[in-house]
Amino acid sequence: MRTAEQTTEEVLDLAARHFNAAPGSLSPDDDIFAKLGIKSLEVFELLSRLETHFGVELPDDELKDVRDFRTLAARIQSRL
Amino acid sequence: MLDLSKYQSMGAALRDACEQFADEICLIEADRDRENHRLTYRQFKEQAEPLARALQDVGFRAGDRAAILMTNQSKWLISAYAILFCGGVLVPLDLKRQPDELWQLLRHSGASVLFAEYKMIWRELSAAAGRAAATELRTVLVTEAPPNADLAGAMRWDNTKVDAQPAFTPRARQDAACIVYTSGTGGAAKGCVMTHENYLEQCIALTSLYPFAPGMRYLSILPTNHAVDFMVGFFGPFICGAAVVHLRTLRPEFVREAFTKYKITYVSLVPLLLKNLRNGLQMRFDALPPAKRKIFNGLVAMNKMLTKNRPHPALSRRLLPQVHTGFGGELRSIIVGGAFSEPETLQFFYDLGIPVANGYGLTEAGTAITVNDLKPFRADTVGKPLPGMDVRISNPDRAGIGEVTVRSKTVMSGYLNEPELTARAIVDGWLRTGDLGHFDAQGHLHLVGRKKNMIVTEEGKNIFPEDIEGAFDSLPVKEICVFAADYIWPRRSMVGEQLILVIHLEPGQNFTEELRRGILERNNRLLNFKRVHGFVVFPDDFPRNASQKVLRDRLKERLAILDRAAAIQPL
Repeated sequence: MRTAEQTTEEVLDLAARHFNAAPGSLSPDDDIFAKLGIKSLEVFELLSRLETHFGVELPDDELKDVRDFRTLAARIQSRL
Repeated sequence: MLDLSKYQSMGAALRDACEQFADEICLIEADRDRENHRLTYRQFKEQAEPLARALQDVGFRAGDRAAILMTNQSKWLISAYAILFCGGVLVPLDLKRQPDELWQLLRHSGASVLFAEYKMIWRELSAAAGRAAATELRTVLVTEAPPNADLAGAMRWDNTKVDAQPAFTPRARQDAACIVYTSGTGGAAKGCVMTHENYLEQCIALTSLYPFAPGMRYLSILPTNHAVDFMVGFFGPFICGAAVVHLRTLRPEFVREAFTKYKITYVSLVPLLLKNLRNGLQMRFDALPPAKRKIFNGLVAMNKMLTKNRPHPALSRRLLPQVHTGFGGELRSIIVGGAFSEPETLQFFYDLGIPVANGYGLTEAGTAITVNDLKPFRADTVGKPLPGMDVRISNPDRAGIGEVTVRSKTVMSGYLNEPELTARAIVDGWLRTGDLGHFDAQGHLHLVGRKKNMIVTEEGKNIFPEDIEGAFDSLPVKEICVFAADYIWPRRSMVGEQLILVIHLEPGQNFTEELRRGILERNNRLLNFKRVHGFVVFPDDFPRNASQKVLRDRLKERLAILDRAAAIQPL
């Protein structure tokens, strides 16, 4: 079982790789959209990748208010 | 298709569609790879009419207003049918608005009934301040609430159904059918009052070019509160007996799967999604081995040549089966709306044998004003006026460019409770769009800019620069102002519109890295589609009137003298 910290690190790593950001350039409290310069619709591709990686299902309606990586990781952690 | 010229109201047309197409598939709702349900028109009616009766039982009468706040799903359309069956006025609201804005709109619209999804909206909305202001709101019906959820005074949608038959309430063509909110300056949304005639006439015009029929399937992805999806993802397919497919997720892999699984005929997208789709396809084409790539390119070139004058769907499907199979093999057209698309993207799809119905419209004019008629396909224009649309260029300059104005039975009756705003928007029966354009010799409309200081993003969001100036108020400079760059320096294009921040430094102040960081930090706090893309350092005091309000037009004139590329410093 992953710890919350491990999950957060893996989320940051996958997000950086998916959007070609420099490794280590993302922080847990970063605004996902501001930091990556992406639009709301573009985040769906990352979510699919996270689901495959963690083996969980993240319903769209539970992610409506998620803006930072820490909250996103917490939602994943609660389903592991 | 029903003969809509004989109808007085949307409610009557929808009621008759349910009779005429009783055994046809009407709605399919899926969540990821699971199909939630599939309804025929008869089954749809069996769900919707008891709901209409429940509305009547709580005192909902002709002319009363009912709002819908839901993601795209079958209950959106069932609720809409019930409202219109009762002669009510439908108020489709945008889920992405903040709770305080939604309460303001519920108050402004005078809605007495609200249909809302529990998890996506009601849980948050009911906890937010502002409810007391919506004094007319008496009944809230929530969907998909967990068994022990605190409903905050709402009723469960599923518990409202009754066995008694509702009484159909007739309406006249000029009666209000919907109040559709559109963005306005100063953060104030404007409620466009759309009549039954607006929708009936728009539907006749659109289906003459892009017809629906039983067996056809429309994939509903754009929010149904948006004018485009409301027409082509609800009213249009219904009055033709076609089916609407709802997906409860926007994950790309499930959207792609839906095309093949449900053999989709039409889909509507915003330009951003269309561009993403193009990028995904391009990557796949680029990954082909060189020999296959060469053959593929040759087939695309052949398709382009053979469809130069008009589309040949069957031929394109035979020539490029790998592309068309990926879209389910039945896709006739992609409808793009909400903002402007790059001609290269439109041409990319047409060359593959997938025409994109590119057009131009605004909520006030009822979905679409012009659309590409594909005779032949043109990627460089927004098409010709739809049947019944009288479109003129007001006060054209020597190049024929002027404000686009529209007169049509599809133009709204006015802005709700805003007679002065209405009088400025509709002059002598002509709707002033605020967009600049000209017609070419073939009668196609070209849009080249805006009279208004605003932008429309690729996601279809209208952004007014004045509304985001507050984010930069605390910047340590003498004064700031935000403009749409194209409003100052017209480019004769409406794609890639950007905002710029104009700053005037204090006397003796220098522009420093710290100041740049200050701009960036404030910019990043804004939602991504509201951010400025660069800034201009203006050397003088901003022109102001006696009450110290910035005279934007005069400031714009001063800025326009500058060279655009040299003046804008990127962030």
